[in-house]
Amino acid sequence: MELFSNPKFDFLGKKWPFVIASLALIIAGVVSLVSKGGPMYGIDFKGGVLISLRFAEVPPLDELRSMLGSRIDGEVSVQEAIGENEVMVSTELQSEEQLAEARRLMMDTLNERFGNAGANQADFNNAGAELIASTLRERNVALSDDEIDSLAGRMREFRDSSPRSGLLTSLDELSEVEGVTPEIVSAMKQGFSLAPFSIRSVEIVGPKIGEELRQQAIMATLLAIGGMLVYIAFRFEWIYGVAAVVAVFHDTLITLGLFSMTDREVSLTVVAALLTLVGYSMNDTIVVFDRIRENLKVVRRESFPALVNLSINQCLNRTVLTSGLTFLTVLALFLFGGQVLNGFAFALVVGILVGTYSSVFVASPILIALQGVLESRKKSRVVSAAPAKKAAIRKSSAKAVR
Amino acid sequence: MNLKTKALVILAVVVACLYGLYGLPTSAEEARQNFRQNVRLGLDLRGGSHLVLQVQVQDAFKAEADLIIDRLKQDLASEGVNYDSIERNDPQTLDDAESIQINIQGVPLDATSSFRSLVSDRFPNWVLAPVSSTDYKMNIRPTEALALRRDTVERSIRTIENRINGLGLTESTVQQRGRSDAESEVLVQMPGVDDPARVKAILQTAAMLELTEVNDGPFMSRQEALAKHGGVLPLNTRLVRQVVRGADQGESWWLLTRSAVITGRDVRNARPGRDEFGKWETDFTLSQEAAQRFGRFTEANIGNRLAIVLDGQVRSAPTIQGRSDDSGRITGAANEQEAADLSIVLKAGSLPAGIDYLEERTVGPSLGADSIRQGFISGLAGVGAVILVMLWYYRKAGINATLALVFNAVILLAVLSYFDAVLTLPGIAGVILTIGMAVDSNVLIFERIKEELRAGKAIPAAIDTGFGKAFLTIIDTHVTTVVACAFLFIFGTGPVKGFAITLTIGLAANLFTAVFVSKSLFDFDLSRHPRLERLSI
Repeated sequence: MELFSNPKFDFLGKKWPFVIASLALIIAGVVSLVSKGGPMYGIDFKGGVLISLRFAEVPPLDELRSMLGSRIDGEVSVQEAIGENEVMVSTELQSEEQLAEARRLMMDTLNERFGNAGANQADFNNAGAELIASTLRERNVALSDDEIDSLAGRMREFRDSSPRSGLLTSLDELSEVEGVTPEIVSAMKQGFSLAPFSIRSVEIVGPKIGEELRQQAIMATLLAIGGMLVYIAFRFEWIYGVAAVVAVFHDTLITLGLFSMTDREVSLTVVAALLTLVGYSMNDTIVVFDRIRENLKVVRRESFPALVNLSINQCLNRTVLTSGLTFLTVLALFLFGGQVLNGFAFALVVGILVGTYSSVFVASPILIALQGVLESRKKSRVVSAAPAKKAAIRKSSAKAVR
Repeated sequence: MNLKTKALVILAVVVACLYGLYGLPTSAEEARQNFRQNVRLGLDLRGGSHLVLQVQVQDAFKAEADLIIDRLKQDLASEGVNYDSIERNDPQTLDDAESIQINIQGVPLDATSSFRSLVSDRFPNWVLAPVSSTDYKMNIRPTEALALRRDTVERSIRTIENRINGLGLTESTVQQRGRSDAESEVLVQMPGVDDPARVKAILQTAAMLELTEVNDGPFMSRQEALAKHGGVLPLNTRLVRQVVRGADQGESWWLLTRSAVITGRDVRNARPGRDEFGKWETDFTLSQEAAQRFGRFTEANIGNRLAIVLDGQVRSAPTIQGRSDDSGRITGAANEQEAADLSIVLKAGSLPAGIDYLEERTVGPSLGADSIRQGFISGLAGVGAVILVMLWYYRKAGINATLALVFNAVILLAVLSYFDAVLTLPGIAGVILTIGMAVDSNVLIFERIKEELRAGKAIPAAIDTGFGKAFLTIIDTHVTTVVACAFLFIFGTGPVKGFAITLTIGLAANLFTAVFVSKSLFDFDLSRHPRLERLSI
C-alpha cells in the first residue's frame, strides 16, 4: 500500500505562497510578542505565587478577584482554567520576602470566604490521611490503630480519585469506601466539615530563581542548537547546518508567537515541549538532507534545485506517515491529557505541523539559496574576474537558481 | 552474527528488562507492586512537594556572637575588667552574615593590656581591633566564618532530614543545591505528600525549646513589666510573651532568666500524650546528664515557677511542685496531630538558623491522581492509534514495527528503573519524541525497502539494502539529537535534564529495536519462508 506512488510535486516551484505564509505568521507572532512585552512567562520564569483550585460549584470569579485584589499588593490574576470549575489564582512578585506572605493571604482569604464555619471542625477536602486517622481515633471509633490508618488512607484515595478529584460535596459519599460503616460516617461528620474547594496545586517561585531558570533554559537550548549545527556541518556541509538551524528557529518563533497570540503562558514544561519540537523538526530536516546527499552522489545531471525537489518527493511518503503518526500521539495528549499537559501538548501539536512543513518549505529553499551563493563564489574564483564583475555574476547566478 | 545469536541477544535484553521492571514476583499482585515501585513517577505526575529552602545563616552568626558576648562578659567580670557596654550589630540578610561585629565600649585605659590579652587568648576565632583608645570591635575570622556557614547548613540539612523521617516520608530526599554561590540553599523533594501545608510548617518550625527559671510575672503587658522594674530589665533577664490560645485575655508577659536550665538539645525522646482532662499534650524525656541537672534545679526551686519556652514564646509556666528528674510536658495542643508534630520536631532537634522558602512546587494528591489517569489514557490512545495505522498500512511488516515500538518503550522504562531515575512531565516529552523518532525509523526503513522492491530487487536483497540505506539516515538523526541532549544535560536544570536523559535512553533503545530487532524479525521470517514471493509491507 502506498500513499503517493512516485510523487512528482514541484514543491520548490510553489514555495512563494508558503514562504509568504511563514513570514506572515512570524510577523504576526513577533508583533504580538512585542506588543505584549515578550512571551507571557509562567510563574516558574518570572517569580510569584500560583494556586490552582477546584470548586464544587461555579466559582464566583469577580468576587474572588475583588477580595484578593484588595488584600494583596500587586496584580492578582484570577483565571478560570479549562475543566470543571477550576480556578487559577496567581500574582507576580518582585521580592522573595513577599512570597510566603502572599500565599498565606490567599489561603486566608479563601478560608474566610469559603471555609468551614465550625472552628473545631477540620476541612476534609484539604485534609491529609493522618489528620483523618487522628480525628477518627478522637471519636473513639471501635477499630484498631492499623485499621484506622488504612481506612483513613482509603478515604483519602477515594476523595482524590476521579470523578471526585479531591472534592466531596457530602460526607455521606464516604459510605462507598470499603469498610466504612454508618457509624464511621457519623464520626466523620462530627469531626469534619467540607469546604467547597480543594487545592490542586501550589507553585511559589522566587524571582531570583525564576530569572535563573529562564536564563539557563535559554542558554541550554541555544547551546544544544549550536551543537546540532556543528554536528550537521561536520557530517554534511556547513550550509546544511545553517539551513536546518534557520528552520528550527522558524518553528520555535512561530510556536512562541502562537503562544503569545492565544495568551498561553510559557512555563518550564512548555520549554520541554519546545525542545521536543526542535528535536522533531531537526529530525525531519535531516532525513530530507540525507536524501539530498545520497542523490548528489548518484544523480549528477540535474540542477541542485531539481535534485532537492526530487529528494523531497522521494521522502514524501515517509514525511506524511511519520508526521501523521506522531501527530496522532500528540493529538491524543492534547485531547485527553488534562489541564497539566495542555500547554505542553499545544506546543507539540503546533510544533509537529510547523516542523514538518519547515523542512520542505524553509530548510530546503534556504539550502538552495546558500548553495547558489557558494557556487557563484566558486565560479567567480575560477573566472578571477575584477571585483566589480564578481557581484554581477553572483546576482545573475542567484537568479538562475530561482 | 547468525540468527541464533541474534535471538539470544534479544532474549537476554527482554529478560533483563522484565527483571528490571517486575523483579522476581511470585504473584500477579506482587508483580504489580514491583512495577509500581520500579517505574517511579516524578512529583509533577504523582503529586508531592518540591521545596527549595534557604538557610538564613546570619541567624547562626548572631547566635554565635551572642554566645561570645555572654562569655566575654563573664570573663571580664571574673578578671575585674570594667566596660561600659558590649553589643553586636544586626546583619539582616544572608550576604552580610560575615559583617557580624561585636562592639565593646568604654574599657578603661589602664585595663587595655589585660583586656587585649584576654580576648586574644580566649576568643582566637575573632579578631580584635581598636576603634579608639577605649573602644574596640571584634570581627569573626574568615576561616571561622566559612566553617560556621558550612556547619549551619549541614546541621540544618540533618535536622530537616530527621523531621522528614519522623513524618514517615521515606521516599523523600534532602540535599544541598549544587552551585557554589547557592550553598545555603537546600532542595527537599517529597513525593506523595498528602498534606503539604503541614509538612512545610513542620520544616520551618525552629523548635527551640527552653526550660527557664521565672523571675517575675505574669504581667498584662510589656509596659507593666518594665514599670515594675523601674523601666530597665534586671541584669541577665528577658521579657517573654505568652499567648493563651482560645482565651479572651490574649497575651501575658513573663520575666525570665536569660540562660535556660534545659534546652532542646537535652531532649532524648518526645511523644504525644493526653493529660488528665483528655487534652492533647507533648510529653518529653531528658537525657541522663540533663536529668541530673534538672533534678537539682527543681529540688532547689520548689514553689517557684518554671517557664516552658518554645520558639521565643512561653507555652506554660507551671509552679514546681517537687523534684522532677527526666520528664516534662508541653500542654496546649489543639489535637493529636499538633501534639505529634511537636514531638517530631523536638526529637529531630532545633534548626540552627531560620528557614525561608525560595521555591515551592506542590502538586496535590487529587491532581496527581488525575494526571496519572489522563496521561495513561492519552498515552494509550496515542500509541494505540499509531499501532493501528501501522498495522493497516504496513500489514505484516507493521507487526515488526509494533513489536519494535513496544519493546523500545519497555527498554526505556527498564533502563530508567535501573538508573533509579524518575519519569517526569518533561520526561514524557522525551518519550513522545522517542516514539516519534522510533516510528520514523520504521517508516524510513520500510519505505526504503519498498523503493528497492520497486526497483526490482529480490526480497532478501531489498531488505538488506533498505536497512542499510535507512540506517545511515537514522544514525544521523539520532546522533544529532543525542548531541543536543548532551548540551541540555550539561547546561540545563532539573526538567530540561530529565528531558535529555529520557530522550537519550529512548534513542539508544530505538537503534537497537528499530534496526537490530526489526531486521532480525525480517531475517527470521525469511529463514522460514525462503521462497517468499511477495513481502507483506
